[in-house]
Amino acid sequence: MTDDVDRNRRHFLTVATAVTGGVGIALASIPFLASLKPSARAQALGAPVEVPLGSLEPGEMVRVIWRGKLVFVLRRSQAMLAQLEKTGAELLRDPNSEVAEQQPEFAVNPYRSLQPEYLVVEGSCTHLGCAPLPEFQVGPAPNWHGGFFCPCHGSRFDLAGRVYKGVPAPTNLRVPPYRFIQDDVLMIGSETGAA
Amino acid sequence: MTRALYTVALLAIIVCVPPAFAASGGAELEPAGNDVGNIASLQRGARNFVNYCAGCHSAQYVRYNSIAKDLGLTEDQVIENLMFNAEKTFETIEASMPLDAATRWFGQPPPDMSLMARAKGTDYIFNFLKGFYLDSESPTGVDNLHLPGTSMPHVLWELQGYQRALFDEPDQGAEAGAGPVFSHFESVSSGAISPEDYDAFVRDTVNFLEYISEPVRGTRRVLGVWVLMFLTVFLIIANMLKNQIWKDVT
Amino acid sequence: MQRVELEVGRPQNSFIRWIDDRFPLLETMRYHATQYYASKNFNIWYVFGVLSLVVLVIQLVTGIFLTMNYKPSSAEAFASVEYIMRDVDFGWLIRYMHSTGASFFFIVVYLHMFRAMLYGSYKKPRELLWIIGMLIFLSLMAEAFAGYLLPWGQMSYWGAQVIISLFGAVPFVGDALVEYIKGDYSISDITLNRFFALHVVLLPLALIGLVFVHIVALHHVGSSNPDGIEIKEYKGPDGVPLDGVAFHPYHTSKDLVAIIIFLMVFSGVVFFAPDMGGYFLEHANFEPANTMVTPEHIAPVWYFTPFYAILRAVPNKLWGAILMGAAVLLPLFLPWLDRSRVRSIRYRGWIYRTSLGLFVISFFALGWLGLQPAEGLYVALARIFSVVYFAFFLLMPYYTTIDRTKPVPERVVYSHD
Repeated sequence: MTDDVDRNRRHFLTVATAVTGGVGIALASIPFLASLKPSARAQALGAPVEVPLGSLEPGEMVRVIWRGKLVFVLRRSQAMLAQLEKTGAELLRDPNSEVAEQQPEFAVNPYRSLQPEYLVVEGSCTHLGCAPLPEFQVGPAPNWHGGFFCPCHGSRFDLAGRVYKGVPAPTNLRVPPYRFIQDDVLMIGSETGAA
Repeated sequence: MTRALYTVALLAIIVCVPPAFAASGGAELEPAGNDVGNIASLQRGARNFVNYCAGCHSAQYVRYNSIAKDLGLTEDQVIENLMFNAEKTFETIEASMPLDAATRWFGQPPPDMSLMARAKGTDYIFNFLKGFYLDSESPTGVDNLHLPGTSMPHVLWELQGYQRALFDEPDQGAEAGAGPVFSHFESVSSGAISPEDYDAFVRDTVNFLEYISEPVRGTRRVLGVWVLMFLTVFLIIANMLKNQIWKDVT
Repeated sequence: MQRVELEVGRPQNSFIRWIDDRFPLLETMRYHATQYYASKNFNIWYVFGVLSLVVLVIQLVTGIFLTMNYKPSSAEAFASVEYIMRDVDFGWLIRYMHSTGASFFFIVVYLHMFRAMLYGSYKKPRELLWIIGMLIFLSLMAEAFAGYLLPWGQMSYWGAQVIISLFGAVPFVGDALVEYIKGDYSISDITLNRFFALHVVLLPLALIGLVFVHIVALHHVGSSNPDGIEIKEYKGPDGVPLDGVAFHPYHTSKDLVAIIIFLMVFSGVVFFAPDMGGYFLEHANFEPANTMVTPEHIAPVWYFTPFYAILRAVPNKLWGAILMGAAVLLPLFLPWLDRSRVRSIRYRGWIYRTSLGLFVISFFALGWLGLQPAEGLYVALARIFSVVYFAFFLLMPYYTTIDRTKPVPERVVYSHD
């Protein structure tokens, strides 16, 4: 009788010890795993970047670095905007920006931007990450209305960064979060008021 | 079992030997009496530091946004009241004076203050800031009782005023070659605030220095309580298991 | 390896069976745990071996995570430690665990070694076990020394300066040797980088290898016990020592309790007194290394101070270094210095007990003296206690022979607590 009680008690205590120990190990691993998150310095260095637009001419593009990533800021000329409108939806894989991860809410529009005049996209081809080259001249190929061309494997994007069909890249160029802190100053990396 | 406990206790006592702050060569140190948990004092100390110290002394490991978080200040309050030579709150406290110029002018660079309280102790810094006295032979016009020959001027002279240091001749039985012994300070001119207020000012400043030398101090103590509580529970369960397993050993 | 009988046929669980067909899993578990018999009368002194293992694991794990953020260059090292303390999430905790662990490693290892002196655990057939342990101790000292340079604080730099320059005492090749160790004409970024490689790669590998070999050697001869008798001499009809209990679950469950108590003490320090009054984290090390200004009192970390005191007690640089080295190495010879026919202090006479007591006092005294400035009365005391320290070892063959011992029982003394 006492043997059974002993055995049960021993089993119960073994389980209790094992569970407590397991919980302890799980809790103890938290600091170590947390230490791998971006540190305060990484967050500081990854802070939003200001881009003054005053000296940007229509048709001109400037490259900036945000969080170690290349970002294109293109001031689209009237001609470019016209060409963009001519780009048929049937040529593009995702003409209406339905893949949600590739742009913030505000960029789900034909211009994929807050203001039609300025395009802000990450300069990273969605195939394997090469930096696409600007090819703003229209033609000579048919259906080329200006945009970006990736030299690595030939992917093509239009003047709103939307990807063409029939190229290796699967999605549109990514639009980072950004906002205008003044009419001629862009802040990349922040959508809301917080810096 | 009791013998074992006594052994452990003895070892614990031996391990916890008195603090290694051997008495410094200089005069006795008056305790700073600061309370690093007093947030209002820390806020005043932060204000004092950026206004009086950060001109020359950086606190290069301290970020403004961490001060904001720990001292219960908003980002705007920090930007308005504490940030004179920085733009973003994630920046660290840099000295306004260029380091190479400071080294040239003062002979050595003003040391960074991030860890000074841990290196020298809050009592030392408290006494240091109260220990400037007039010395006509010094290029700054002052010397300091606790760091003779210091190239730091008496930055807080407006608040404290100036004082003179009086020394006694060494005792009969003192070692040969022993210098005069410090006796006391005598005020020469009064400052903008009373001596008690000056003490409080320095206490707040030193309090802030203690806080920045280890901002995580409060958190670690709180976390420690939880850890010890968990381990106590674990100990009880594990001990019960051990006794159960050893029951049949004769 | 001792042949171990399989208990009951093949394992039930097919996954375990698959592994066991390809790897000596169950055989190892039986040999080292469930059928490894150790005496039932272990007291608190027997807990420090497993605690050493616990601290080793703590140091390895925290060390790995520190290495993820630490920068081994003279320009960045100090700042990277502050980065860990302030900017890395929970970096402060990982750092404090590592610095506290370093001191606790020595507390635990010294107590572990002392157990051997209490119960004659170094005597035949455990001499090799003791030698391997001494090698671990030496590696640990090297590991701690290399590690201490890494924060690149004032004490890091100047402590290393003092200790490395000791090698200059070697005749003829001294100066070249010092330069060779530093890799430069003075302690520099180059020295720091190589000490980093030693501390993070070479010495941890050596320590892990030696600890493994240490445990293998132990299990081959079996653990000793507080009565100093061989439990294997009295076995039951099933071949199990009458005074032994299986390591698992008896000693594992008992050790778990000890480990938790240890973790409570450890946590107490980590969370409430990581500086330990300046003994675990020295005040001078909160200032970055300044090659032009020497701190007022250079002292090694507390766990080296007994040997440092012996070094300073000798007025000659070369002989001081030699005697310090001798002081560290003398315990290696204990198996042969100790001529007593009795292992455990329980059955030794008053001469050994007194000698051991004097040794303990001198070790603590030398430790304290190593922290004081080398002047006046302190020097005289250091000399006296150094003599006591050496006498304990060098006179041992004599006094252990003449010491009147008590009769040793045949079976262990055990009372259910």
